[in-house]
Amino acid sequence: MNRLLSPVMITALVFVAGFAICAAQFPNFASTRVVANLLTDNAFLGVVAIGMTFVIISGGIDLSVGSVIAFATVFIALTTERLGLPPTAAFALLLLLCAGFGAAMGAVIHVFDMPPFIVTLAGMFVVRGTSFLMSTESTPINAPLYSTVSDFGLALPGGGRLSAIALIMLSVVAAGSILLHFTRFGTNVYALGGNRTASALMGVPIGAMTVRIYMLSSVLAGLAGIVFSFYTAAGYSLAAVGVELDTIAAVVIGGTLLTGGQGSVIGTFIGVLIQGLIQTYINFDGTLSSWWTKIATGILLFAFIALQQGMVRLASRSRPRNVGVASGGGVSPSVISQGGVSP
Amino acid sequence: MKLALPRRGLAQILALIAILLIDRLVSPQFFDLRLQDGRLFGSLVDVLNRGAPVALLSLGMVLVIATRGIDLSVGAVMAISGAIAASLADSCPWPVAVAAALGAGLACGLWNGILVAVLGIQPIVATLILMVAGRGVAQLITAGRIVTFTSPDLVWFGTGAVLGIPAPVVIVAVMLLITGVVVRGSALGLLIEATGGNARASELSGVGTHLTIVAVYMWCSLCAALAGIIAAADIMGADANNAGLWLELDAILAVVIGGTSLFGGRFSLVLAVCGALIIQAMNTGILLSGYPPEFNLVVKAAVVLIVLLLQSPALANITTAVRKARA
Repeated sequence: MNRLLSPVMITALVFVAGFAICAAQFPNFASTRVVANLLTDNAFLGVVAIGMTFVIISGGIDLSVGSVIAFATVFIALTTERLGLPPTAAFALLLLLCAGFGAAMGAVIHVFDMPPFIVTLAGMFVVRGTSFLMSTESTPINAPLYSTVSDFGLALPGGGRLSAIALIMLSVVAAGSILLHFTRFGTNVYALGGNRTASALMGVPIGAMTVRIYMLSSVLAGLAGIVFSFYTAAGYSLAAVGVELDTIAAVVIGGTLLTGGQGSVIGTFIGVLIQGLIQTYINFDGTLSSWWTKIATGILLFAFIALQQGMVRLASRSRPRNVGVASGGGVSPSVISQGGVSP
Repeated sequence: MKLALPRRGLAQILALIAILLIDRLVSPQFFDLRLQDGRLFGSLVDVLNRGAPVALLSLGMVLVIATRGIDLSVGAVMAISGAIAASLADSCPWPVAVAAALGAGLACGLWNGILVAVLGIQPIVATLILMVAGRGVAQLITAGRIVTFTSPDLVWFGTGAVLGIPAPVVIVAVMLLITGVVVRGSALGLLIEATGGNARASELSGVGTHLTIVAVYMWCSLCAALAGIIAAADIMGADANNAGLWLELDAILAVVIGGTSLFGGRFSLVLAVCGALIIQAMNTGILLSGYPPEFNLVVKAAVVLIVLLLQSPALANITTAVRKARA
């Protein structure tokens, strides 16, 4: 448990320190209004990052999420505006499509034993291309549900308003935490990322798990697309370009090991908030330009990866190489063996 | 090796010829060439010319992939070097601008190489850092604007010609020659393949794997910087937001089409460049055919999947099983 928590603690400390710096510099920063906006503006990123956390912990990667978000917005816009489908039906159809797409990617990765990187890259091309073919222009969504959702807000003390999409993100975070940390599915995800061969020998259904993990990621990316469409009230096939990178960055900053086997949902959530914090700081400052977001994210990414690398090395040095079986849910031995084997 | 090469490259060369023939069917003037203002024009030249940046990228990328690595930052490096070259073009003589841009490329490669070889970070992750931050750095250099320039010397890199052949094509040919001579003319190619095949075993048998890896990433970024200069010279300006955007994916695709395994080991420079030309021939074909260019991505995805399926170990197992069953 200690091992699992320590990277998250560092992430949390970075967030708190960052927030304190912002609050010290700008008197109006420490308000519920800013916090609520932080949650609303990064809701879609949060939702998609939770799915990515599962994929990365299992030792994979999913590059298709950004284009799935774009596809989702275009799909919703076209089905509700042109075909006159009620939004809820469009959502259901969309999530079904996403589940099928994710399952197909997972199946290809497992059956043909191909690197997830390149399979999901192909997936990214397919989905982005499909949304281009559906429509290349930005289509506004005028369904009444959308105004209802955007009018909704839980009033917080101090003038903040927790929007519907922030609530969706928070519930996904809660559900994701339960799924990852308290179910057999979650344990299997960790086992798969720790050591594929060992988990196969222990009876983890590798194929079914791979399919389900990518299915989960694509469904959450579809949900993130729904959230994004609430946020922008439009469908645009060029939306969310590069979101896969922001997502991976958030997951890594959240303390998830990119080699798999270690990580947490709550860490990812804080990682998303840190990225949002950088953006908010730049907005508050007013003199800094938008590209500083990218540079700052890059620096943070480097710092956290270097930190992870240091911790993995420390772990592999301070303990003998072949540690016995299962302690702490099969997490620690796998990390040690990976530190030892990987070049 | 000598005997195996033609057999290995046959599929790619046939695919390129097939795609060019399809292009010919789509547009009857496809093979027409004409000389105008001392420079060759025609769709075929266009394929070579437009394909030059990706061909350069794939030339560097193939070496990186042969060491079992990957470089996601090449697009960002293109943006950085383009931004530097464009900002310096009108105030400095062209060799300074080009040297500064190439130097920045080498520095980026050194950074990537150190992260991968010395700190032992996974290549995807290590180069992801520069991919994210690099475009920000490029925007910092151009101050978020599209920097334009008029220096005819630098513009030559994009639109000039040598003996009627467009400059980008000449640059690719020269780089291919240099890389080929350096890599295949010495033991370096063998060392790279050994590093990719089994880094630990190579290290133990005396191969300087760390140095090899750093050198390879530096070469890859140098190629990317050169591609960035060409891309900037082509539009007489540097667009930090869009220069080289998604080209890293095209370069990886070109290498994969060229038959180099993503798991490292054997590689072929010529086939990687051939892969880049296949991609460009497809792009040009789709444009000429009048289909919306949006089809590009879908077609590309289909090609990646087919090539990967053909390469996948699982399929090889199935086919050998079938053969055994027949025998």
